[in-house]
Amino acid sequence: MSSAIAAKTMTQTWQILCTRADLVPYSGVAAWVETPEGPAQVALFYLPGHAQELYAIDHHDPFSNANVIARGIVGDLKGQPVVASPIYKQHFRLEDGQCLEDESITLRTWKVSFKGDEVWIEA
Amino acid sequence: MNTPVKPQLIVIGNGMVGHHLVEQLVEQGATERYAVTVFGEERHLAYDRVHLSEYFSGRDAASLALSTADYYAEHGIELRLHEAVTEIDRDKSEVVTPQGRYPYDRLVLATGSYPFVPPIPGNDREGCLVYRTLEDLDAIRAAAETATTGVVVGGGLLGLEAANALRGLNLDTAVVEFAPRLMPMQVDAEGGELLREKIEALGVQVLTGRATQEIVDGEASRHRMVFQDEKVLETDLIVFSAGIRPRDELARDSGLEIGERGGVVIDDNCLTSDPAILAIGEVALWNNSIFGLVAPGYQMAKVAAATLLEGNEAFKGADMSTKLKLMGVDVGSIGDAHGDRTPGARQFRFLDPLKQQYRKLVVSSDGKRLVGAMLVGDNSYYDTLLQYYANRIELPEDPASLILPAGSEAAPALGPDALPATATICSCHNVTKADVCSAIDGGAVDLGAVKGATKASTGCGGCAALLKTLVDHELESRGVEVDKSICEHFAHTRQELYDIVRVEGIKTFSELMEKHGNPKTHKLGCDICKPAVASILASCFNEPITDAAHIPLQDTNDTFMANMQKNGTYSVVPRIAGGEITPDKLVVLGQVAQKYELYTKITGGQRIDLFGARLEDLPAIWGELIEAGFETGHAYGKSTRTVKSCVGSTWCRYGVQDSVGMAIQIENRYKGLRAPHKLKFAVSGCTRECAEAQSKDVGVIATENGWNLYVCGNGGMRPRHAELFATDLSDEELFRYIDRFLMFYIRTADRLQRTSVWRENLEGGLDYLKEVILEDSLGIGEELERQMQAVVDTYECEWANAISDPEKLKRFRSFVNDARPDPDIIYTTERGQLRPA
Repeated sequence: MSSAIAAKTMTQTWQILCTRADLVPYSGVAAWVETPEGPAQVALFYLPGHAQELYAIDHHDPFSNANVIARGIVGDLKGQPVVASPIYKQHFRLEDGQCLEDESITLRTWKVSFKGDEVWIEA
Repeated sequence: MNTPVKPQLIVIGNGMVGHHLVEQLVEQGATERYAVTVFGEERHLAYDRVHLSEYFSGRDAASLALSTADYYAEHGIELRLHEAVTEIDRDKSEVVTPQGRYPYDRLVLATGSYPFVPPIPGNDREGCLVYRTLEDLDAIRAAAETATTGVVVGGGLLGLEAANALRGLNLDTAVVEFAPRLMPMQVDAEGGELLREKIEALGVQVLTGRATQEIVDGEASRHRMVFQDEKVLETDLIVFSAGIRPRDELARDSGLEIGERGGVVIDDNCLTSDPAILAIGEVALWNNSIFGLVAPGYQMAKVAAATLLEGNEAFKGADMSTKLKLMGVDVGSIGDAHGDRTPGARQFRFLDPLKQQYRKLVVSSDGKRLVGAMLVGDNSYYDTLLQYYANRIELPEDPASLILPAGSEAAPALGPDALPATATICSCHNVTKADVCSAIDGGAVDLGAVKGATKASTGCGGCAALLKTLVDHELESRGVEVDKSICEHFAHTRQELYDIVRVEGIKTFSELMEKHGNPKTHKLGCDICKPAVASILASCFNEPITDAAHIPLQDTNDTFMANMQKNGTYSVVPRIAGGEITPDKLVVLGQVAQKYELYTKITGGQRIDLFGARLEDLPAIWGELIEAGFETGHAYGKSTRTVKSCVGSTWCRYGVQDSVGMAIQIENRYKGLRAPHKLKFAVSGCTRECAEAQSKDVGVIATENGWNLYVCGNGGMRPRHAELFATDLSDEELFRYIDRFLMFYIRTADRLQRTSVWRENLEGGLDYLKEVILEDSLGIGEELERQMQAVVDTYECEWANAISDPEKLKRFRSFVNDARPDPDIIYTTERGQLRPA
């Protein structure tokens, strides 16, 4: 498949994902993103009024193998924004994807930011 | 220059006590002085024999292990497992194994005991086993695979544990005991009778006063046990559990002094008749006694370690009081429980044949001290009684108050204040109140730290509740505030948050956080406080949980108003009030399931569960269901779920009231009510109880004169029967009391606390609850009814609300930038339906 080969050689670029109206304040939504390794499911979290308002993290939950992270509850533990997996409740740090209950597990994260009302991601 | 060679210390035996000795040696620095070698006959490292039975319920050898090979290596201790010592050569000071000879300077026997098998002809037939080691359990499991019945010979503590294990392996189980009652050491005739009733109720046959004469070939089963009276019992599998005997053969063969009925004689320093050799645990005979419990063995291990280091600690005997839960039946025995070792002792006894509880106090002749106690059916009295006994605390004027049922004239539990500093808190690790206090003085600021510093409550765990009370009390008395906060974001309990929300009329999480959140933490909240607050807000104001302000608070089930399953899809459960459904509606459920390829199953609560719905299909599925007249079933919420019913007087020959009509009324009244935990109800049309109402939070049973109300039962992991609360109620009274009961629970329960646990923790118990609800002793009856009426009046089907609002429907998109379904959800088929691959 030529597109797959092409994808492998792609460098990271900024791409538009959705608009501010697609986000859910203080919670998450899921989106598809094209990465150099192929399409990936990403969970976008929106914390209006916080120092960092947008986070993008793997939608895939490695503990249940289901794509559900965007449906978890967002919160903070000891000041760090986290999401709790809706299936087995592990916490993942939004900043870097680190699982707080299991040091060996880290979710992928992406840079994401607003350009006006548009949400852009670097992947 | 020669490096001085360390003296050799050999430990024979790597059981619980042998391992505890190793820990004591390490702790007391003996590994600097001695080169230590430990021999273990089993393949496994020392494991927790107290919890051996859990091996059958899924725990493996590794998780039962008390230590690791690394621990031994780290401290330079040579561990030789699966190597049995066959001889002690005292002339040469060597121990002999099949692998070689090892010299010793000091030797410790921790060889324990073996299960006694009565000398019955046929006791060595295939399928005649014992219950002692992991290997024994493996053998029982293997034998049970081809067996349908099993018998345990011996009705003592271990015998009943073995019987429970056989029951767990799906065998028809019987216990045969030689004595006229079960657990003859711990209980008397009355207690034994109660114990028998309770154990028979669990489906285990109990035969007491039976001596087996021989075991021969059976006719219907593998074996036939022939008793002295010529009666017989046939079975496929026999487990002997008739007591223990010390494993003293090594000591015996090497000429050490042995007791008349076995056991290596030791003195107060655990020294045998050969001062180079010590003995500890169940092989040791001290003051003519063998101690068959782990705590005395641990104490001996500690003394032995001190002796080896020329310290001066003495073993002074041990308390044999025990608290057990056998097949879910509490049995407790303290001190001279039979009262036959104390001259002039006086006895108080309490028997409740309905609740099946029996308690006995043995009191000194002057009535001042407790010398023994016996409990069957309820061990909640144990901790207090043990403290009176162990610390010789003067008894109250009326000692009987200590065993009367709580709530009547019962004496209050002994507070931590009343305990002397010498009071033993944890007998496994011999931790006193003074030890706990000095750990706290030394900087331990919470329960975990105290456990770490003292090891209290890390043995059998029986002292956990007492330790927690003591630690909380001591911390509070030092001005340390004991943290009962729901989480790091609020310094309040759920009850306090509920009151704040009510009193201040706070309607959103952000307002609550703004006004009452912990100022030191950030403002987001977490997955503990957010759903708890969401539930409180819903109980108080009943706004749709899908409103923008409430959305981020909800668990995924509440967010998408469906139950998330393990592959990320959801199950859909429409309400079928009272379990009554028309054929037309049944057809619609089938059609919807076909169209969206859903797996269907009848639930335990008389509803139909549709599994495997994709997130993005939920609105369409619900559109069709609502069109057909269904509404949300709240199966996803901590809220009213089902009201189960029988057919009552509508169809049944015996029904005395219309249970279906009442169930529908109840379900419609309380649907949408959110609570600390899910709520289930049932209504039976007569005392035959086909709706199983006594296993529900609220159970209603019809009588000739109205309705009997039961409260606080539940199924689940720890089933509990509901208790009779009020009798012969009119419809109106029934609703009034349920209104008050539910609202009082919602107001005062802890987060995720079901009604049964709430009830157990309620000070004053059921009588108090009756006063509040039936007699309105707090004067809040009307207020509770009004609050319930407000919830009833604001009911709205959440799904109908959501699908009429395009903004809310946006939440159900699988992806915000693409309509393609999640390709990772894969199904396979089984029994003609789809299920997750």
